[in-house]
Amino acid sequence: MREEKPGPLWLRLYALTVYLFLYTPIVVLVLFSFNDSRRNSSWEGFTTRWYVTLWHNELLMRALLNSLKVACLATFLSTVLGTMAALALSRYPFRGREAVGALAYLPMMVPEIVMGIALLTFFIKVGIQLSIVTVILAHVAFSVGYVTVTVRTRLAGMKGNLEEAAADLGATPWQTFWLVTFPRILPGIMSGALLAFTLSFDDFVITFFTAGIGATTLPLKIYSMLKFGVTPEVNAISTIMLGFTIGLLALWSRLESDPKSLGR
Amino acid sequence: MKRFLAWALVLPFVLYNLTFVIFPLFTVLYQSMFTIDAEYNVSQQASLDNFKAAFSAANLEVMWRSARYALTTTAACLLLGYPLAYFIAVYGGRLRSQLLILVVLPFWTSYLIRTFAWTTLLQKEGVINAVLLKLHLISQPLQMLNTDFSVILGLTYGFLPFATLPIYVSLENQDRSLVEAAADLGATPVQAFWKVVFPLSLPGVISASLITFVPAMGDFVSAEILGSPETQMIGNLIQQQFLALFNWPMGSALSLVLMLLMVTSMALYMGLAGERDA
Repeated sequence: MREEKPGPLWLRLYALTVYLFLYTPIVVLVLFSFNDSRRNSSWEGFTTRWYVTLWHNELLMRALLNSLKVACLATFLSTVLGTMAALALSRYPFRGREAVGALAYLPMMVPEIVMGIALLTFFIKVGIQLSIVTVILAHVAFSVGYVTVTVRTRLAGMKGNLEEAAADLGATPWQTFWLVTFPRILPGIMSGALLAFTLSFDDFVITFFTAGIGATTLPLKIYSMLKFGVTPEVNAISTIMLGFTIGLLALWSRLESDPKSLGR
Repeated sequence: MKRFLAWALVLPFVLYNLTFVIFPLFTVLYQSMFTIDAEYNVSQQASLDNFKAAFSAANLEVMWRSARYALTTTAACLLLGYPLAYFIAVYGGRLRSQLLILVVLPFWTSYLIRTFAWTTLLQKEGVINAVLLKLHLISQPLQMLNTDFSVILGLTYGFLPFATLPIYVSLENQDRSLVEAAADLGATPVQAFWKVVFPLSLPGVISASLITFVPAMGDFVSAEILGSPETQMIGNLIQQQFLALFNWPMGSALSLVLMLLMVTSMALYMGLAGERDA
């Protein structure tokens, strides 16, 4: 067995510096959300009053609600579409399978800003007025591929012989799916759904181009607040968003590391 | 029956992508071929005039700047990411997956938030200047915000997690006994690294470069939040054409130029990397 070595000192210090680089801005942002001063430059003492202000900021609360609405609906749609596609891609050989598989990666290859202006142009040309619906449609467009890839990866690790056994024992395809396949792939579906939710909840660029009046999401609201400078309120709402995303990711990593945690 | 089922399952996905990804991209292509006059009238005849205008001297400067920023960002990401990936892959031990999660975690949080988080550190009355002044390393606060530096910093910060991952994978998959063999044959650790480990990790370095360069080139958030009009990138130009100048055809042409630049530089890079290998 190979013994574990801590590595040369300079390399450890270098790695530590990179970690500091990754986390210092986030830590400073969170710290200043508790700073008892309007100005974001020096520490004046601890307060939670900015969080209280947020709570009473009706526009901000509405943006939060919009974000949750968009993320929930977009996640639902992209999970259903993505799971169906993943099932077909990993279980049945059919003509054009490679092309469909490549389609899942396409939105990841196109620069976000191009996706944004393409969808904006499309909605206007087709005569669909920008609203919260267009934001949801756009979010499904960029997240469905992630769900497909995630669920497909999960399915690739499973053999189809349980399904065959179920069929041999007289189960209809419908029964086989809900009683055998679905419970086994549920963790994969959940993990795809969580990714989709995170992507949708945090998206700024594509939402920026596809949101109509009254469809302001949290990132859009933060962006418009930034126009007036970085204030403690912006830091506070950002801290909440970071906490929310990290919570979701913690859930996701648990699903990924222990596939059995949600099975059955 | 099975084939029918397969198609029934993928059809919604395919239709959705055709409607909301492929078709919109074609509307951009179509739109780019019509010009717009001062009264916002769209021309009757299709032409390539927008593309001629897209390569104006001012725009070329912005494109060149975007390429420069993206290249510097890629180099910075490799310089920061490679040693980090190496450290985790070789010396991470039991903490390996936790250390890796710590790298990837920021990537999944809002890019907008992570970008503006730097303003608190970089601004004139910001944390960095305050510390440097206190240590008497500088006598005047440094202008860091709204410079090339701040935009490239924002990009590097944004894409570093993304760059580290493929390098880590290529190092993690390496057979460590190769290094032992090199040592047995008399190679110093430095030689073993440059002759064995590094060449074998090149595929990871190449994908890390692409995965950083491409989104950096098309970014507009970093220049928008941490930059000034002097640090505009192509993404900012596109955004302006769409949301400020309302010249959508021109914006569409610029978007296509951006994609073309990305594909060309990717092909060029792959070609160079391939030649190196051969």
